[in-house]
Amino acid sequence: MHPAPSIIIFTVLSGLGFGLLAFLGLGMPTVFGSVAFGYFTIAYLLAVVGLASSAFHLGNPQRALKAFTQWRSSWLSREACLSVATLVVMAIYGGALVFFNTKLSTLGLIGSVLALATVFATSMIYGQLKTVPRWNSWTTPALFVTLSLAGGALLAGQVVFTLAFLVVAGILQVIAWMLGDGRFEQAGSTQETATGLGAIGTVRHFEAPHTGTNYLLREMVHHVGRKHAQTLRVISLILMVILPVILLWLGVTYVTVALAAISHIAGTLASRWLFFAEAEHVVGLYYGQR
Amino acid sequence: MAQPQLDTSPKVSDEVRKTTCYMCACRCGINVHLKEGKVAYIEGNKDHPVNRGVLCAKGSAGIMQVNAPSRLQSPMKRVGPRGSGEFEPISWDEALDIAAGWLEPLRKEAPEKLAFFTGRDQSQSFTSFFAQNFGTPNYAAHGGFCSVNMAAAGIYTMGGAFWEFGQPDWEKTKLFMLFGVAEDHDSNPIKMGLGRLKERGAKVIGVNPIRTGYNAVADEWVGITPGTDGLFILALVHELLKAGKIDLDYLALRTNAPVLVNSDPNSPEYGLFLRDKAGKELVIDKRTGKPAAFDGEGVEPDLGGTHRAKGITHRPVFHMLAERYLDAKYAPEAVAEQCGISAGRIRKIASELARVAFDEAFEIEQEWTDFRGVTHKTMHGRPVSFHSMRGVSAHANGFQTCRALHMLQILLGSVEVPGGFRFKPPYPKPATAHPKPHCKVTKDGPLDGPHLGFVQGPDDLALDENGNPARIDKAFTWENPMSAHGLMHMVISNAYAGDPYKIDTLFLYMANMSWNSSMNTGGVMKMLTDTDENGDYVIPRIIYSDAYSSEMVAYADLILPDATYLERHDCISLLDRPICEADAVADAIRWPVIEPDRDVRGFQTVLVQLGAKLGLPGFTNDDGSAKYEDYADYMVNHMRRPGVGPLAGFRGEGDQGGRGDINPDQLDAYIENGGFWMEHVPDEAMYYKPWNKAYQEWAVKMGFFDAPQPYIFQLYVEPMRKFQLAAEGHGDRQPPDHLREQIKATMDPLPIWYETDQTGNEGYTVHALTQRPMAMYHSWGSQNAWLRQIHGRNPLYVPTKIWRENGFEEGDWAKVSSPHGAITVPVAHMAALNENTVWTWNAIGKRKGAWALEKDAPEATKGFLLNHLIHELLPPKGDGLRWSNSDPITGQAAWFDLKVKIEKVAAPDEALPKMGEQKSPVGTGPKQLKWKVEQ
Amino acid sequence: MTTLPASTEKKLGLVIDLDTCVGCHACVVSCKGWNTENYGAPLSDQDPYGADPSGTFLNRVHSYEVQPTEGPAQLIHFPKSCLHCDDAPCVTVCPTGASYKRVEDGIVLVNETDCIGCGLCAWACPYGAREMDQAAGVMKKCTLCVDRIYNENLPEEDRQPACVRTCPSNARHFGDLSDPDSEVSQLVAERGGMDLMPEQGTKPVNKYLPPRPKDTWEEVDILAPLLEPVAPEADGLLGWLDRTLGKVGGK
Ligand SMILES: Nc1nc2c(c(=O)[nH]1)N[C@H]1C(S)=C(S)[C@@H](COP(=O)(O)OP(=O)(O)OC[C@H]3O[C@@H](n4cnc5c(=O)[nH]c(N)nc54)[C@H](O)[C@@H]3O)O[C@H]1N2
Ligand SMILES: Nc1nc2c(c(=O)[nH]1)N[C@H]1C(S)=C(S)[C@@H](COP(=O)(O)OP(=O)(O)OC[C@H]3O[C@@H](n4cnc5c(=O)[nH]c(N)nc54)[C@H](O)[C@@H]3O)O[C@H]1N2
Ligand code: SF4
Ligand code: SF4
Ligand code: SF4
Ligand code: SF4
Ligand code: SF4
Ligand SMILES: [Mo]
Repeated sequence: MHPAPSIIIFTVLSGLGFGLLAFLGLGMPTVFGSVAFGYFTIAYLLAVVGLASSAFHLGNPQRALKAFTQWRSSWLSREACLSVATLVVMAIYGGALVFFNTKLSTLGLIGSVLALATVFATSMIYGQLKTVPRWNSWTTPALFVTLSLAGGALLAGQVVFTLAFLVVAGILQVIAWMLGDGRFEQAGSTQETATGLGAIGTVRHFEAPHTGTNYLLREMVHHVGRKHAQTLRVISLILMVILPVILLWLGVTYVTVALAAISHIAGTLASRWLFFAEAEHVVGLYYGQR
Repeated sequence: MAQPQLDTSPKVSDEVRKTTCYMCACRCGINVHLKEGKVAYIEGNKDHPVNRGVLCAKGSAGIMQVNAPSRLQSPMKRVGPRGSGEFEPISWDEALDIAAGWLEPLRKEAPEKLAFFTGRDQSQSFTSFFAQNFGTPNYAAHGGFCSVNMAAAGIYTMGGAFWEFGQPDWEKTKLFMLFGVAEDHDSNPIKMGLGRLKERGAKVIGVNPIRTGYNAVADEWVGITPGTDGLFILALVHELLKAGKIDLDYLALRTNAPVLVNSDPNSPEYGLFLRDKAGKELVIDKRTGKPAAFDGEGVEPDLGGTHRAKGITHRPVFHMLAERYLDAKYAPEAVAEQCGISAGRIRKIASELARVAFDEAFEIEQEWTDFRGVTHKTMHGRPVSFHSMRGVSAHANGFQTCRALHMLQILLGSVEVPGGFRFKPPYPKPATAHPKPHCKVTKDGPLDGPHLGFVQGPDDLALDENGNPARIDKAFTWENPMSAHGLMHMVISNAYAGDPYKIDTLFLYMANMSWNSSMNTGGVMKMLTDTDENGDYVIPRIIYSDAYSSEMVAYADLILPDATYLERHDCISLLDRPICEADAVADAIRWPVIEPDRDVRGFQTVLVQLGAKLGLPGFTNDDGSAKYEDYADYMVNHMRRPGVGPLAGFRGEGDQGGRGDINPDQLDAYIENGGFWMEHVPDEAMYYKPWNKAYQEWAVKMGFFDAPQPYIFQLYVEPMRKFQLAAEGHGDRQPPDHLREQIKATMDPLPIWYETDQTGNEGYTVHALTQRPMAMYHSWGSQNAWLRQIHGRNPLYVPTKIWRENGFEEGDWAKVSSPHGAITVPVAHMAALNENTVWTWNAIGKRKGAWALEKDAPEATKGFLLNHLIHELLPPKGDGLRWSNSDPITGQAAWFDLKVKIEKVAAPDEALPKMGEQKSPVGTGPKQLKWKVEQ
Repeated sequence: MTTLPASTEKKLGLVIDLDTCVGCHACVVSCKGWNTENYGAPLSDQDPYGADPSGTFLNRVHSYEVQPTEGPAQLIHFPKSCLHCDDAPCVTVCPTGASYKRVEDGIVLVNETDCIGCGLCAWACPYGAREMDQAAGVMKKCTLCVDRIYNENLPEEDRQPACVRTCPSNARHFGDLSDPDSEVSQLVAERGGMDLMPEQGTKPVNKYLPPRPKDTWEEVDILAPLLEPVAPEADGLLGWLDRTLGKVGGK
């Protein structure tokens, strides 16, 4: 799949934002007044910038409101609804903390659940797609949610949770890669099934329908070299998990936390880039591209 | 949520205008939907005989052609050097003044100094009329580089050809064999025919080194070695003869198999037919055992009878034929390796041909009477049919190969019978009923007759009193005596060399002669731009008519911009290449369904105006005034012969077809009828046309000929023997010595196969071919925004063996060289390909700056032409002569004789050779298209 | 309308005959022409005369080479447009309801005024049957010519998809695949019509007729009964003539 920057930024930043909100909703940390304002601003900036970035991917963003209508069947619509619900609930919860120094715990709890549900919904936009076998796996929501929690915990200064979720995310990430590498084969789609010509023999793409490119190729057929991917995987794992863990292990200071956060975000961006770039859509089979 | 309410009956258009497609030369009927006077959508016309509603990709993309940014805008005169593309717009008055100023003195002093050659347009009966009236012998259309081998072999052998002049009996045939066809002039009809065969589960055999398109849907693929079809066919003939699986009745009654041939090697008439005083060929009549004219009342020709007269033995053609092809050198084993087809497979194909032709024969209850007055109760079906085109004809042995194919059809008795191959009116028409070539020039007067035709012997060659070629293209000379369509591909090089003489003005119409229609493209560009010692161009003047900004435009001095096909009148005439079907006669028009928005004129109208301005006889009245206002006027009011004009439909009061008086409302009647006219062949005349009294009479009524022309098929082509006799030293008109051996060897009156000249090809072992893509028409397609997305560049397809030998991988490039030059191009792998053949799509490569494309268009950076590797002359043989790369009989350009070698090279930044850049007189196209004619 | 109807009254769709398709692209261009002028926004083209032309098409023709274990490679032309799946994932993923499957005939459509151009439906389609129009920013797909097949402004015989009407070799058939007696259902039954990527679970309505077996002619040897010589070789030409001409009748 084409690793569109808008979507990478969207999923990473909104994941962080909603992760942070999830912790804030649980009162981790419990903050009031201007400190709360600071935390919530960061969380909202991340979530909203992320969401706004996703709009760059739209052909007709002015109609975005219509995306709230199909929550019964569409994960994308659910994500839209949940994100707005989260933002609204957390706005009340946060407002109470900032302006009234009041903690509406139940509301916070609901907000936290909503925030995680949002991240889950986001992940399911990808996880539901049978057409992209690498994504169509439990690992996608598991990793998205764990990363969101890890990033949220990190931003929320929850060191223990951070370490725990980072380690789990790291393990999940490795599992996702390992399982992901075989998913396409397991899903069973081949040029032979795609064309129905397998009964005759082995199928090879001869001529494309067009000598130039098209939307499908631009959007859904992307190649990363194997070596390149391996290197990026290592870098992303180091930045996303290992370096932050080491930094936090060394000591929890503003500096180490800030460095850990930067490292984690950079690593997550790299991981997310790979998430898209390495994902192969079955349509590539029609073009002889896998 | 409720499902949206849709308007499922939107208004489709304001108006539908029916005319004829011109995205290629197949001439399908189209419905042009107009909204607010603009073309909105084009679909096929369901009533039209050619396409019955279907339309190919090109046809459907017509809207993008009519609106192409590459359309020329006004007449232009060259201001920069030739080839640069620098022009200045001028008015039509000035353009016509310039043209007349150049041509008028030529006509007075030396009409032959005008060479007028036209491309694939099908107004040849009109353009030749202009040339004839002008008085130059130098006229021809594109047939010489296209498929004259097909046309000439067909007409000499059976009075009709493949090309688009005949068709399989699609409804009844059960086994269809296709030789060397990728697309054909009969583009939609072949696809429709294949569809109908498939519906019935009939078998299709594709004989082609490349398995794409029609050959991909064929049930059996014969991946033959290029150039060896003749051998393969003669091996089939051998097997069928040996097994006696031939139609003896048909051979006796319908062909010259029983005709008696002088068999005395010492006779000056050795190999000629025994004829009676009236010149009729003689056969032995079974009823009497005596010689009789072949067409005598009730004559029953005997295939076995020999005859001795005046001490000379005469044997029937049948004996000679059997003797030749029963020879073991035609046995499958003897040819298998060379053809790349196993002997067992050749036999299987022969046995299937025999099985279907004879075991699946059938009768149609339809009485008919033959030309000998014998009435037959039924028509006898042989459901085997063949079709072939340039894969056979574009080789230097193509004429004979095509003759062999016709012989095979005839031996099976499957021509003009139900289930077999059928002619489309006005064919069949024997070679003897066609004109002979004319070349007698009179200063300030017309030529003595039509330029092109069918020679019957050395006397008919177009030679001057000294025996030198009379025509600039050297058509109808000893080099290629039966060059029925001329040799357009030799015009520029001969004019450049001043051989046989120098010309002054080269006038071209609709042919991209500086690019894809030339061999040796780079060389031709040089010939067009080269100057003599005075700094003048070697070819002094070039006038060109194109509708678009093609490569050739840049090489002309004066441009006469044509209207597009939806903006002008055209006439698809029975005098020319009509649109008939085997069971109907039909012709068609184009008419301006929209008005041009530029200062352009239909080229035929321009010729009408130029003819009048020059005072040419056919174009002016006695008082010197213009005879026709424009082409439409000519289409209606011109008379070729009494009652016969360009259009056969709606004559007289509008109710006469074929012959009739001028009808001033004729064009309206055509428009009313959907742009065409059609009349069915009567039932009793549907088959056996050459011999069928009912057909012959109907043909006279329709004006195809003025008296019945029944004839028999010429398995043995006597005129060819006459050329051999001359080469053997008989007769007054003698060939130059260096050509004697070639004539003796190739002009065999019975089909032969010979290896094309391979001298100079040492080390070049791989066959290199081109194919037409179905969605592109030669060079025009690339200016079409929709079509160029389908074919924007062209790789060289390489078979598995060569792919592996060179260690090619996807994305690689190769240097491909021939004895004549080299190109460096992208390669791609193909398995369904003859293992010693490479190929590419034709005419995708473009010169930078042409066609209103941007300079970095893939057509110009990655696309390429094989033409750079093909020379109009063969490599030097060391005999001091340069032999032309043409069929020695017809002069057909031998595009597919090309041999190359291939080596992997690093990818250059662009395909090589880079051919420079021309300035676009029309700029480039827009950056985005959002096409919609608003309601 | 993102949920799929439990069932549809008809299942209109195409049956494409891979044995007959010559790969001419006629269907591709007639589709482009019709749909540019009709349903929704025109199908735009970017850089149409430049280095990198590309545009929106609703129907495209691929070609594949298939190598059987025995015999030469085969080439198969392969047209592909929306298959109007029964279990259309492109519909259920749509956040706006722009994508829907019609209850009356099963046609899958995009209501362009609702489409935000998120592209998710194209991701959900295994077949590459949806293309986002770059100029209009809305999703485009085969409409099964819904504006032709019922169009009362067209003559009855023309009420079929543009691509079907134009296909020169008659490789495309249109009809109701829910009716076992329809011509298309009959074709599917007779010729073993197949689904593309059945493992994706989309239950396509469109079916493909597989190519008939090719290159099945076994080589024959000299003793093939049909080719049995009329005369022994030793008898020479005269013997051959004797025997051949001695036969009565046509052969
Ligand atoms: N390598 C290789 N070369 C080949 C062949 C091959 O198989 N292989 N095939 C050969 C054959 S058979 C042929 S016929 C030739 C074809 O070669 P050409 O006849 O040169 O083919 P086109 O590219 O169609 O060029 C015709 C010109 O007509 C112009 N034109 C189009 N429409 C109109 C119109 O309405 N009016 C006017 N006045 N002009 C118009 C086009 O713009 C173009 O410049 O190519 C030959 N060259
Ligand atoms: N779409 C489209 N249609 C066209 C045209 C076009 O440009 N585009 N051009 C028109 C013109 S001008 C012409 S002349 C016709 C030509 O129509 P075709 O005769 O179909 O011409 P080509 O496309 O050159 O295809 C020649 C075929 O012969 C095969 N071949 C080559 N050598 C041999 C051989 O030795 N033996 C055998 N058996 N096969 C061989 C090649 O593989 C190829 O498939 O098409 C006309 N129709
Ligand atoms: S074959 Fe195609 S391009 Fe040629 S006339 Fe017919 S529709 Fe037009
Ligand atoms: S083919 Fe693709 S776009 Fe069409 S219905 Fe099926 S999934 Fe949807
Ligand atoms: S692109 Fe349009 S039709 Fe497709 S899922 Fe998004 S909103 Fe729905
Ligand atoms: S049915 Fe209509 S929209 Fe669909 S591919 Fe055919 S022409 Fe295009
Ligand atoms: S129009 Fe028919 S033959 Fe041509 S590509 Fe389409 S389906 Fe195949
Ligand atoms: Mo041609």
